[in-house]
Amino acid sequence: MLSEIAIEVLQLLIVMFGSPLLVGVIRKAKARLQGRRGATILQPYADIRKLFLKEVVVSENTSWIFRFTPYLLATTMLLSALIVPVLTTRAALGFMGNIIALMYLFLLGVFFLALAGLDAGSAFGGMGSSREVALAALAEPTVLIAIFGIALRAGTTSLDGIITRFAAEPLLMLNAGHLLAFFAFFIVALAENGRLPVDNPSTHLELTMIHEAMILEYSGRLLALVEWAAGMKLFLFLTLLSNLFFPWGVALTNTPVALFSALLALAVKLLIFAVAIALVETSVAKLRLFRVPELLAGSFTVALLAVVTAFFIR
Amino acid sequence: MIIESTLMVDLFLVTFACFSAGAVAALIPTPSSALARVVGHGCALVGAIAAIAFGVAGLAGGSMEFIVPDLLPIGGAAFGVDRLSAFFVVVIALGAIPAALYAIGYTREYAGKHSLAAMAFAFNVFVAAMILVALARNVLTFLALWEIMALASYFLLITERERDDTLHAGWVYFVMTHAGFAALLVGFLLLAQATGTISFTEWGAAAAKLDAGSRNLIFVLLALGFGTKAGIIPLHVWLPLAHPAAPSHVSALMSGVMIKLGVYGLVRVAFDWLGVGPLWWGATILIVGAVSGVLGVLYALVDADLKRVLAYSSVENIGIIMLGLGAAMLFQASNLPGLAALALVAGLYHALNHAAFKSLLFMGAGAVLHATHTRNMEDLGGLIKRMPQTAIFFLIGSLAIAALPPFNGFFSEWLTFQSLLLSFQISAHTVNLIFALGVAALALTSGLAVACFVRAFGITFLALPRSEPAALAREVAWTMRAPMALLALACVVLGIAPSLVLAPLEATVFDLMGGHADMRFDLTAVVANGEFGWVAPLWIAVGLAAFLMAIALGLRVIRANKQWRYYETWGCGRALQTARFEFTATAFANPFKRVFALLYRPVKELDIEFHPESRYFVRTIAYYNEGRLIFEDALYRPLLRLIQALAREARVLQSGNVHRYLVYILATLVALLILTV
Repeated sequence: MLSEIAIEVLQLLIVMFGSPLLVGVIRKAKARLQGRRGATILQPYADIRKLFLKEVVVSENTSWIFRFTPYLLATTMLLSALIVPVLTTRAALGFMGNIIALMYLFLLGVFFLALAGLDAGSAFGGMGSSREVALAALAEPTVLIAIFGIALRAGTTSLDGIITRFAAEPLLMLNAGHLLAFFAFFIVALAENGRLPVDNPSTHLELTMIHEAMILEYSGRLLALVEWAAGMKLFLFLTLLSNLFFPWGVALTNTPVALFSALLALAVKLLIFAVAIALVETSVAKLRLFRVPELLAGSFTVALLAVVTAFFIR
Repeated sequence: MIIESTLMVDLFLVTFACFSAGAVAALIPTPSSALARVVGHGCALVGAIAAIAFGVAGLAGGSMEFIVPDLLPIGGAAFGVDRLSAFFVVVIALGAIPAALYAIGYTREYAGKHSLAAMAFAFNVFVAAMILVALARNVLTFLALWEIMALASYFLLITERERDDTLHAGWVYFVMTHAGFAALLVGFLLLAQATGTISFTEWGAAAAKLDAGSRNLIFVLLALGFGTKAGIIPLHVWLPLAHPAAPSHVSALMSGVMIKLGVYGLVRVAFDWLGVGPLWWGATILIVGAVSGVLGVLYALVDADLKRVLAYSSVENIGIIMLGLGAAMLFQASNLPGLAALALVAGLYHALNHAAFKSLLFMGAGAVLHATHTRNMEDLGGLIKRMPQTAIFFLIGSLAIAALPPFNGFFSEWLTFQSLLLSFQISAHTVNLIFALGVAALALTSGLAVACFVRAFGITFLALPRSEPAALAREVAWTMRAPMALLALACVVLGIAPSLVLAPLEATVFDLMGGHADMRFDLTAVVANGEFGWVAPLWIAVGLAAFLMAIALGLRVIRANKQWRYYETWGCGRALQTARFEFTATAFANPFKRVFALLYRPVKELDIEFHPESRYFVRTIAYYNEGRLIFEDALYRPLLRLIQALAREARVLQSGNVHRYLVYILATLVALLILTV
């Protein structure tokens, strides 16, 4: 029991301190692909540190919602880090919820961030909120149908159960449905994390922003929390993609060797995803906002196909 | 009169003694209206508290039989209670307790303008009739009370009858509820004729022997009748008109509680009176639920009237309940009793939750209306600083209805998802596909509900006030805040301690359909179907609280900069920000209007009046962006035209000649005699 709690703490620390590194790696890979040298991969740590040390400037119009949201956002991510099997399927607190509970925990963060966007009374914030909740709402059916596709094959919606089942019977993953579900979930991960082609994380034009428009009024330590939480969300989504669809390496027992190899496997998988995201962001342009629903409808269709194939091939 | 004095009968009598006392006290003529307001609603409050005790005792297994033989023909007025009835009594009382308390403060405003005696009288009759509907045990008792319930709510609804839109809403409600009543009447009479009894308790055994054709017909008729009351699409048209027009405590009762009696009827039809039906019954209910969920929330999302947003969202939530109910019917028909029970538990749990958060939200909207005299979100804003407590209660209601953890809406939607996902155990491909679409519809519904309530709370309560009345708003009286606090507490408790409800609900469903719900639960955690899925809402709540504190502490430890400075919102360098810079409710909904343009069919118009001298100067500019209501346009208008045409034809019969009318009566009598002999 004690060791299980120690592992939970370890998972938490990996998500907390690994997420800025992941962001740094993506930025670096993107820079190199675009022929720039780019900042060091440790730059996000420096950014967050700098923001923590800066004074907070808050709009006079805001209420407690605006000040509370960054804390809640970071909280939902930290709590999710306890539920997601980052290294092992035998985490002590995995009983808190299955994959559906996890998705709703993410939605809780979206809800408050969208409120905070409205709170300052700026047109940009409201616009960002409106777009963010629209995309989150349209992505939700894809998420659940992709989960349905996985649950059909694995016979469970518990995160640990899915990984254990797929690790034991890798042949379950060797079919079109699994790949389709992965593809659908990948697009959703891009949309939910505000990546290209849905949203541009490095945009400086207010009218095209979604996530950045929503957090335009944040500064100082509040901004540090928001940025850090966004990094953790990306880290958790990519970890989910890695471990649910490619469960190799995830520790099924809590021996030190298994955990160490799990950490290595996770690092490799996340590196591959980071490069993949950099490739996508270098090669495609941002979609027009009203084109995005078509992308999401496409990913929904793919997810539905994943479910339908599962019904007919069994 | 058969009365055995047991605890149940005593509680039953106490409950209705209170409502009768309230109704009578309201009618006592006094110079001040305070007696009707305080004593009338106060008696209803006590009666509702007694009712909740009655319901809890019923859920614990208490039973009773109460018959007043000569009150109604054939069998008298018969009442009884089983766990399902007791559960719905609890739902009704959960809505009625805060509503009665709220009414004491809220109706103060009507003093002098409207008859408080009539309001308090109708309120008592309305609540009492709803409880008795759930307890009625034969056809005539049920129909009589169903009609009393409809009439009492109608009179409450048209309280502000000086307004044309209220009268129109009342008229539509009146017509729709009676159309539903007609369907129920025919369905009940057919069933009574086929089984040879009007007693509800004997139908279950007798109905199994009926032939498929008449069972199908009866199912369709009863589903239409109860569906009209529940407000499923396309029978929902009265709901978005009626609920906003009623006084807010009545809206809370109608939306939070009364429409649940439609659900009660459907549960009775599907699992008690008609027994297990063919697959298409369940499939129809599930599809209707999916459509109601998605379209209900889409309509809620674009409306600027705060109370109409809530009314449309009731259509959505009824849809979610129907998803659970339809899934239960499909599982039952596929011979999977454990999953059927699980799905029905999910649906009924959501019915209870909806009663809590929808009543809360309507009371919050009522408080806003009370303080600002407007329901138009485009004129609101900034209320979180002026009405901080109401804002917190409304926020809790919004989080609960958006199904976010750890509040109650989350848990029942989670359970509904589990039961829908478990459908892969059925091996019929068509049914699988229907369930898959149900999952997608529920996911889209809950995603859109998040958007809808970010908008409802954010535009109404955050940023700067958009009008003078909103800027001058004040917090409402404690009689209006206390019931909201009570319901907010219910939203939290029902969310983090589901085992409180699951144990009696499991027993209720077992009594009804004889299967144990396929799940395990203890105080903190709930596990569906072996290891299929689990959740521990209490621990999620504890985890959220713990991490919030840990982060606050952590920021101290790392010595984060604690300095604060207040400054203007960034406006691209423009100084002096006003409320006109804010995002509006219409603008917030615009992405949805564009994405779902097929549904909304927006009609955009831009009227610009130019200066006569030059087109470069604009005198006035007006922009309309109205959506059209496709059901009203495509379904009801042609139907109304048809009815009007038929009525014109039938006018020939109505000559005004008394002799001719006597001939009609005679001919009808003779025809009926020939038919029956």
